[in-house]
Amino acid sequence: METVTANNYTYKDFANDQEVRWCPGCDDYVILRSVQKALPEIGVKKEDVVFISGIGCSSRFPYYMGTYGMHGIHGRAPAIASGVKLANPNLSVWVITGDGDSMAIGGNHFIHVLRRNINLNIILFNNEIYGLTKGQFSPTSLVGQKTKSSPFGNTQPPFSPGELAIGAQARFFARIGGNAPKEMTDIFIEAEKFKGTSLVEVLQNCVIFNDGCYVKYTDKAVREDKQLYLEHGKPMIFGKERNKGLVLNKLKLEVVTIGENGVTEEDILVHDAKEKDPTMHQMLVRLEYPLVTGIIRSFDDVTLEEREDALTAQIKSKSKFKQTDDLFFSGETYEVK
Amino acid sequence: MIAAEKSRSQAEALEAVVIRFVGDSGDGMQLTGTQFSDTSAMFGNDVATFPNYPSEIRAPQGSLYGVSGFQVHIGSVEISTPGDNVDLLVAMNPAGLKTNLYAVKPGQTIIVDADSFSKKNLEKAQYLTNPLEDGSLSNYRVIQVPMSSLTKEALKNIEGLDQKMITRSKNMFALGMVYWLYSRSPEHTIEFFNKKFKTKPHLIEANTKVLNAGYFYAETIELIPNSYSVSPAKMQSGTYRIIMGNTATAWGFLAAAEKSGLELFLGSYPITPATDILHELVKHKHFGVKAFQAEDEIAGITSAIGASFAGDLAITTTSGPGLALKGEALGLAMMIELPLVVVNVQRGGPSTGLPTKTEQSDLLQAMYGRNGESPVIVIAASTPANCFIYAYQAAKLALEHMTPVVLLTDGYIANGSAPWRIRKVEDLPEIKTRLVKEGKENWHPYNRDEITLARDWAVPGVPGLEHRVGGLEKDAKSGNVSHVPENHETMTQIRAEKVKRVQSFIPELIPEFASEGDLLIVGWGGTYGSLHTAAKQLYDEGVRNIGFAHFNYINPLPRNTEEVLKKFKKFIVCELNNGQFANILRMNFNREFLQFNKIQGLPFANSELIEKFKQIVE
Repeated sequence: METVTANNYTYKDFANDQEVRWCPGCDDYVILRSVQKALPEIGVKKEDVVFISGIGCSSRFPYYMGTYGMHGIHGRAPAIASGVKLANPNLSVWVITGDGDSMAIGGNHFIHVLRRNINLNIILFNNEIYGLTKGQFSPTSLVGQKTKSSPFGNTQPPFSPGELAIGAQARFFARIGGNAPKEMTDIFIEAEKFKGTSLVEVLQNCVIFNDGCYVKYTDKAVREDKQLYLEHGKPMIFGKERNKGLVLNKLKLEVVTIGENGVTEEDILVHDAKEKDPTMHQMLVRLEYPLVTGIIRSFDDVTLEEREDALTAQIKSKSKFKQTDDLFFSGETYEVK
Repeated sequence: MIAAEKSRSQAEALEAVVIRFVGDSGDGMQLTGTQFSDTSAMFGNDVATFPNYPSEIRAPQGSLYGVSGFQVHIGSVEISTPGDNVDLLVAMNPAGLKTNLYAVKPGQTIIVDADSFSKKNLEKAQYLTNPLEDGSLSNYRVIQVPMSSLTKEALKNIEGLDQKMITRSKNMFALGMVYWLYSRSPEHTIEFFNKKFKTKPHLIEANTKVLNAGYFYAETIELIPNSYSVSPAKMQSGTYRIIMGNTATAWGFLAAAEKSGLELFLGSYPITPATDILHELVKHKHFGVKAFQAEDEIAGITSAIGASFAGDLAITTTSGPGLALKGEALGLAMMIELPLVVVNVQRGGPSTGLPTKTEQSDLLQAMYGRNGESPVIVIAASTPANCFIYAYQAAKLALEHMTPVVLLTDGYIANGSAPWRIRKVEDLPEIKTRLVKEGKENWHPYNRDEITLARDWAVPGVPGLEHRVGGLEKDAKSGNVSHVPENHETMTQIRAEKVKRVQSFIPELIPEFASEGDLLIVGWGGTYGSLHTAAKQLYDEGVRNIGFAHFNYINPLPRNTEEVLKKFKKFIVCELNNGQFANILRMNFNREFLQFNKIQGLPFANSELIEKFKQIVE
């Protein structure tokens, strides 16, 4: 069978003939296409790519890809993906999950995969609602949010995925609006390039059960004023006029206007995604105005596979056991005639 | 708390065991041994003891000739000697270990006071290196307990004790541990303290405290007695070694990985009594074993499913409660038809149950503990040594039939040791995987072998075979998601038929002793030793109308089961549960199956089996 070289791929090579069944207008279509556009840029071979998902609307994703994939069970995709990657570290492994899948039923696997730093990518479709079960509140729904299971308003305070992830030692965390395909594609490319577990939170609008939940940040009319899109090594400046920025005032981030009260561009904080200490990254994740997007944290660290490989090589070189017979006949044995 | 344990003690069904307590002559070994034998005798055991102490009243502390010992041979059968081979050695110092190790067979248990293995004491015992660290005890099950420091800690709030008194009471810590291990109540010894130290209440308190501390310590670390089963028949010639059931299980998978040319992946979460399989496999990185200690039971199995998807020989190990947690994922593996072995080292249930005790009560969970129509292969090992070949066979069946296999062992055989005829990998049966190495025209992931119905195994990395699998029902041909009603029924039947067809690939059932007659003794799994011994005894006594059929294959059952049953009039199904296998037989064969069940966390005793069988045939 003819093999297409990595360089000749287009997004179509990563699609398949299955009909995509998400609701019309869903941001999931944007994410699917952004992934399919990112993969040819990454240069990985199609047969070396694996998508693993859990359960939920987002988790249908692998069925729409032209790569290897598994639609797993609810919440367990990070554990399945860990097994795939440990079995064959040459693969490019992607986890597709939602806010319920990763932070409710799969919370345990979510924090532990981040802690271990296995080299895989997680795309978290955060729509702050349960879509597939038709509209119950999720672990990221807001207090007071009226849903099918909270008709008088949600009483359970939400997780912030970035805050939870960085608390669980995530080395790479990015956030992007579901209506920003270009930036999203760039982030996916960076996530795959990053050695370690990369988590990308997509603020994904659910047109049916939670329509408009991010509109105050993501609407094209307000986006530039309400979002700060971070880039490593660049000042934290935002706004249509590019005149707003972040400074540190005591222990808090503060929005200032360049040109007012003697503030100049030099006063604005410069983003350092590669810093090991997550304090600033946590502050950025928590900020409500502006909402911080882009790659917030990208700290290079040793991966689990690297640690395991080094240990295995060391033990293999020292061991007197080359095959199982060596082990079975070692130590005390005796003959029966 | 102690009183509540009494019923457990009375449930004693141990056949015979030899325990030796050794230490410095000042360590109180005679008292310890006497207390243990008295307690055992009071519970109706036959007892033979053999005290052995130095001629000097106080030989130099820690020296080889200052070692004092006391051996106890106890049993529910008649005991006529103090015993030849020691099943459990309790050594309070290096000198005691050195002078008594000869009596302990490989595979047996040694409990040591790790605190006493100081440089000074090692020198006195003429050890050049510390035997606890130099690997010289690798053929034994060594349990290192910091007894001196734990005793000291237990007594820190009791007034009126000097250092010497504290040191001397560590023997009671050891005794407490052994009481737990052999299910004996410390009550008798506490009464003894009450009488002996009538005028010294602080000594009653101190000794009771240390005794209980040892008892609870053993409970906390979930110490399990080691059973050593003697092979009943004449042994086949070959090279042997003594092996524990859990080690044999681990080694069976190592052999299967080598034979199949795959790498072994274990996803596991620690649970008694299965953890020793994990402990064993983590040692073997030199064979490329990937042993992954996951965050929970579910991640244990799901990481293994991921590894299987990527082309490893994937296994997960657990015990009852863990299997319950793995149920949904096992259903996924069944649905996407990937090879996977789940080892369940059964323990007393339900819920947390009796973690250190043996039972066969997960059989129906293994068979049916999943949502939907979800058949998997279920097989059971029956001796510590044959855990090896059944682990190997589980891997072979999983790989060749592309389905999950549940391998059942139990706490009794997993922790027991027995002689194992070492198998060279070249002598083991071939394993032919269903791996597809290159792209084919019109290939579908659900292409099946016509005979076995096993689907193809295409793993990531092979160009042209990119495909998606998942828990949703799939079209029987293309493997794409399908909600078509008829297709769901077709797929359900295919998955059932695939497991049923395994019948042609497993051995027939061969009854032992009579192959036709009045009574067929029926067992499965870890009770083989007890049932075989009882059946043989009757046969040797001249009762020739009894046959014995032991099952290692539960799903599917051996293809000739009906023919075997046909030749007997009565059937007694003996199980360490409330009748689970008997019910499986009733579902499959229209006969009256009598039951003999024991649900005490203990193996069958020979006497109770003989009595029951005689009752039926007479």
